[in-house]
Amino acid sequence: MIGLYLTAPYLVYLVIVYAVPIIQGFRISVLDYVYAAPGASVPQPFVGLKNYRKALSDPLLRRSFLNILEFLAINVPLTVILGMTLAAVLAKLSRMKTFFRSAFFVPYVTASIAVIGVWYFLFSQGGLIDHVLGSWAPNPSWLVNSKLAMVVIALEVTWKQLGFYVLLYLAGVLLIPDSLYEAASIDGAGPVRQFRAITVPALRNITILVTTLALIVGANLFAEPYLLTGGGGPNGATMSPALLIYQKGVEQGEPGVGAAIGVLLTLFILLVAGAGAGARRLVQAREAA
Amino acid sequence: MRNGQYGRTLRRLTTYGFVTLGALASIFPLYYMVVGSLQLRADSAFSGLIPKAGNLGLQNYRDVNKAISLLPSLGNSAIFTLGTVVLTIVVGLPAGYALARLRFPGKPAVAGGLILVLVLPFQVMMIPLYILAVRDYGLADNYLGMILPFAVNPAAVLIFRQFFISLPDELFDAAHIDGAGEVRTLLLVAAPLTKPAILTASVITFIGPWNEFLWPFLITKKHSMQPLAVSLGEYVSTNAATAANPYGVILAGACVLAVPVIALFLVAQRYFTSAALGSGVKE
Repeated sequence: MIGLYLTAPYLVYLVIVYAVPIIQGFRISVLDYVYAAPGASVPQPFVGLKNYRKALSDPLLRRSFLNILEFLAINVPLTVILGMTLAAVLAKLSRMKTFFRSAFFVPYVTASIAVIGVWYFLFSQGGLIDHVLGSWAPNPSWLVNSKLAMVVIALEVTWKQLGFYVLLYLAGVLLIPDSLYEAASIDGAGPVRQFRAITVPALRNITILVTTLALIVGANLFAEPYLLTGGGGPNGATMSPALLIYQKGVEQGEPGVGAAIGVLLTLFILLVAGAGAGARRLVQAREAA
Repeated sequence: MRNGQYGRTLRRLTTYGFVTLGALASIFPLYYMVVGSLQLRADSAFSGLIPKAGNLGLQNYRDVNKAISLLPSLGNSAIFTLGTVVLTIVVGLPAGYALARLRFPGKPAVAGGLILVLVLPFQVMMIPLYILAVRDYGLADNYLGMILPFAVNPAAVLIFRQFFISLPDELFDAAHIDGAGEVRTLLLVAAPLTKPAILTASVITFIGPWNEFLWPFLITKKHSMQPLAVSLGEYVSTNAATAANPYGVILAGACVLAVPVIALFLVAQRYFTSAALGSGVKE
């Protein structure tokens, strides 16, 4: 029984901060909810799926979901390849391991807002990147170019988070028994073969985790499209679901629509995660055959 | 024989070359942040990478301080962050202990809830939580309101749980044979050993609220209540264009925001172990 008392505060917290808002979210999404002063009673009529229809008819919503996919297409391969390789190399280092580990991890602990400041400077028109590229500099410039703005955001987030994933992969690499590598090298397998035949498969679970976390990060993007590209611009090219929820639900005073997008976003995440799991099973089945 | 030696040297060179390149790519933007914050006139040319004596000074720091008064903002960030860390320990540590060592009714519900909140995208509940916090709980422009969604960091609860699981059973059996109840066991046996777990959980929890933009941005309308990440973010989105050297002013603010966390990380980095991060996300 004492366990119940020890966890009671946490349980209360989970109810107040998670359970109640999640239920409220569903409720608000089917109401014509109006912001009112605290204590004032305003009618909040039931409107069925009207908010959902309104949300779905907005081309920006589709754009924002496609932007998550574009984000994943850039972020996941880069993170998996670089994270795995850097971790495998890091595990073999005999000297300066701590230095390199820290160097990779520093961007992860740096505030997004600070990072956004530097990328704003780097990728502005006539910024350092343009100077390096010379006549190859894109026109229109990076952050106002509807084809490139999302790429810049995806690269920024990948860069910022990579150190975290390197540490996750490193934990996995350190668990692989040395005897596997010794046996492989007796069989004449070089470092590249060893990496592909031993390291990559052993880290499969971490790769699944990386993909899942990337999906959540993509859905949650807010500060980058809000500040780096001036509110999801150009023309919604960097619009994210989180930013859209904020614009509809808070700025434009339509909390019902904002809450409905929240529900749709959850479904979308479950769908993409499910598709990922299905694809994995298919690949595994083919490998087994 | 000879060949093997060359091969090994070459391999070592490639290895170090590769990680050095990675480290440079990691650190370079942060270096550029500092350099840019010290430039009196923004110099985005290639040669601007090396600070020039004639274009060097602290004017941007004075300007950003004038625009968003750094000290009160830093104070708000500190209260927001430390409040989160304290609540995470006070509520999360006993919960982690109970989840690791005790059997009680409702345990599966707590464990399930913990995993759920770890993977739930926060933005899904952004609107309802905003409405609840502002209207029903009355927490607009209030430190408790900022802390609320971060108050008990689920990753920290998992770290505590993992830590108590790793303690040997004999330790607890001995206390029980001596007649100590669960609360006495937690306070007298387990708690004194938890210092490393508390430190790990604290530094990992610290990063979240200190760097957070969206939630405190939603819940604070008064500038005097905003943490630094929010006041700097609002400055970027609204006023920066009017400054003489907007990049420099933003980067000066970015340095002030980034330095405390980076310093904490470098001092406490042995608590940022792979294992600790792993236990926060493994299950």
